[in-house]
Amino acid sequence: MITDNYILAIETSCDETAAAIVKNGRELVANVVASQIESHKRFGGVVPEIASRHHIEQITIILEETLSQAGMQLDDMDAIAVTEGPGLVGALLVGVNTAKSLAFAKDKPLVGVHHIAGHIYANRLEKEFEFPLLSLVVSGGHTELILMKNHGSFEVIGETRDDAAGEAYDKVARTLKLPYPGGPHIDRLAQEGEETIDFPRAWLEEGSYDFSFSGLKSAVINKLHNAKQKGETLEEKNVAASFQASVVDVLSTKTYQAARKHNVKQVIVAGGVAANQGLRAALKRKFEGEDIELLIPPLKLCTDNAAMIAAAGAVAYQQGHRAGWDLNADPSLSLERYAKRSLK
Amino acid sequence: MNVLAMDTSNEILGVAVVKDGETAGELITNIKKNHSVRLMPAIDQLMKETAMTPSDLDRIVVAKGPGSYTGVRIGLTTAKSMGWALNIPVVGVSSLEVLAYQGMFFDGYICPFFDARRGLVYTGLYNQEMQLVKAETNLLMIDWLEELKASDKPVLFLSPEIESHQEAIEEIMNDKAVIPPKTLHVPRPSALALAGKDKEAGPLHALVPNYLRMVEAEAKWLEQQGKK
Ligand SMILES: [Zn+2]
Repeated sequence: MITDNYILAIETSCDETAAAIVKNGRELVANVVASQIESHKRFGGVVPEIASRHHIEQITIILEETLSQAGMQLDDMDAIAVTEGPGLVGALLVGVNTAKSLAFAKDKPLVGVHHIAGHIYANRLEKEFEFPLLSLVVSGGHTELILMKNHGSFEVIGETRDDAAGEAYDKVARTLKLPYPGGPHIDRLAQEGEETIDFPRAWLEEGSYDFSFSGLKSAVINKLHNAKQKGETLEEKNVAASFQASVVDVLSTKTYQAARKHNVKQVIVAGGVAANQGLRAALKRKFEGEDIELLIPPLKLCTDNAAMIAAAGAVAYQQGHRAGWDLNADPSLSLERYAKRSLK
Repeated sequence: MNVLAMDTSNEILGVAVVKDGETAGELITNIKKNHSVRLMPAIDQLMKETAMTPSDLDRIVVAKGPGSYTGVRIGLTTAKSMGWALNIPVVGVSSLEVLAYQGMFFDGYICPFFDARRGLVYTGLYNQEMQLVKAETNLLMIDWLEELKASDKPVLFLSPEIESHQEAIEEIMNDKAVIPPKTLHVPRPSALALAGKDKEAGPLHALVPNYLRMVEAEAKWLEQQGKK
């Protein structure tokens, strides 16, 4: 007999303190996120020590809210899942030690989850996976193409060689003096503007699914500086539209090529930049009328949350993965190393 | 009453189980290893050896700093979330007070301190009744010693980092300073349990570390706001 399982997950890898409960890996029962963005805004970016301080202030409040939203008790949970990496080490540590304590106090299995595996699995809350599938992960810290042949198997077939797409957005936004975080502002401006400047696209060598955004970033910054020195004014919205066109062109084209090459059934977009309207539109155009299903999660599941950690944790739990009391935060945990971890 | 006490606020890791005022077990290491990896296995081991399960616990006492920010947070996060899960009170005790207990029988003042780098220390001054007579602070050790040298009673200095400050203490305090042998500079988790046994546990959600220091970025930001 198959019984329902409930996973309580915790996510504190950056500047959101989050907890969630997911039923059978696919059904969202409760989802609570406390964002610290207002606190970090004044510094123009996330200050790690401040993030850690907020996490410890918030964590039990968030947990309590999650259980009450679900109308459940800690005793009703089948396992506790937590993001073990990658992320800010001090921030991760709050989540990891909280999860260990809950699991220890209530004698529950403990499951460690990779943050990016979580971003991918956010999509399973919307639609069941069909393998093989390809996932484009784009966020402040990541730009990766990941091939999945089964649940829990992750093969990185392309990644950024320098800046993540989100980083390039942040730096360009700063040069344009847009408020932090800059990504959504560029996306908004880009919708209003036109591609008037031909910024470079880094295709890299033939057949490579890797990315590079530092050249583009420099080109945008130089263009703005040169214009300023000559006393010319560039239309901000057109700069944003031209920059975004370059990023989106490379991301969507490489994703399409990789999807064709590996004969995937589904393409999943994951991570914070998946909220970008320009990227969503470009991918929709690319896969229109194709036999490959394109999955883009709703906005609330694109940014960091714990529901995605619970969804990935549910699979890891069912596959028999268990973390010990010595589970640690791993700020640079790679997806492939995570996928190869042994069953405990 | 069964008390679980934990201290990871500095390099020393300490866990104690105290049953009805009696130390059932105590585990202390001073080996500069990762607290996050070692704390829960230590709790697990000690609970097993003292035949305790988490549901037998009536109270958790934790050293809340000052100390290493990360270290303090590991202990406090563990205590806070375990207490929340078990629905039992969690009491935070100053890490300096725990160390001061090592001087319980000293006739005079007790000055526990932790090195805070660049000549700075986290410190405070306690009397024999374990009452704070000079508030906890973060300042230059030499300034602190200048303040203490006028003391009317001898001062006992306690610190895991005593060696790096011993010369300055002896030079400024002269014969007013008492420095015990090295083994006594290790705070004991059983003393932590004792210190927190009768203290009132405040609201659990509000339990936060005693950092004694603002984050640098925030201090700079406040300074700039002041200039505007
Ligand atoms: Zn993320």
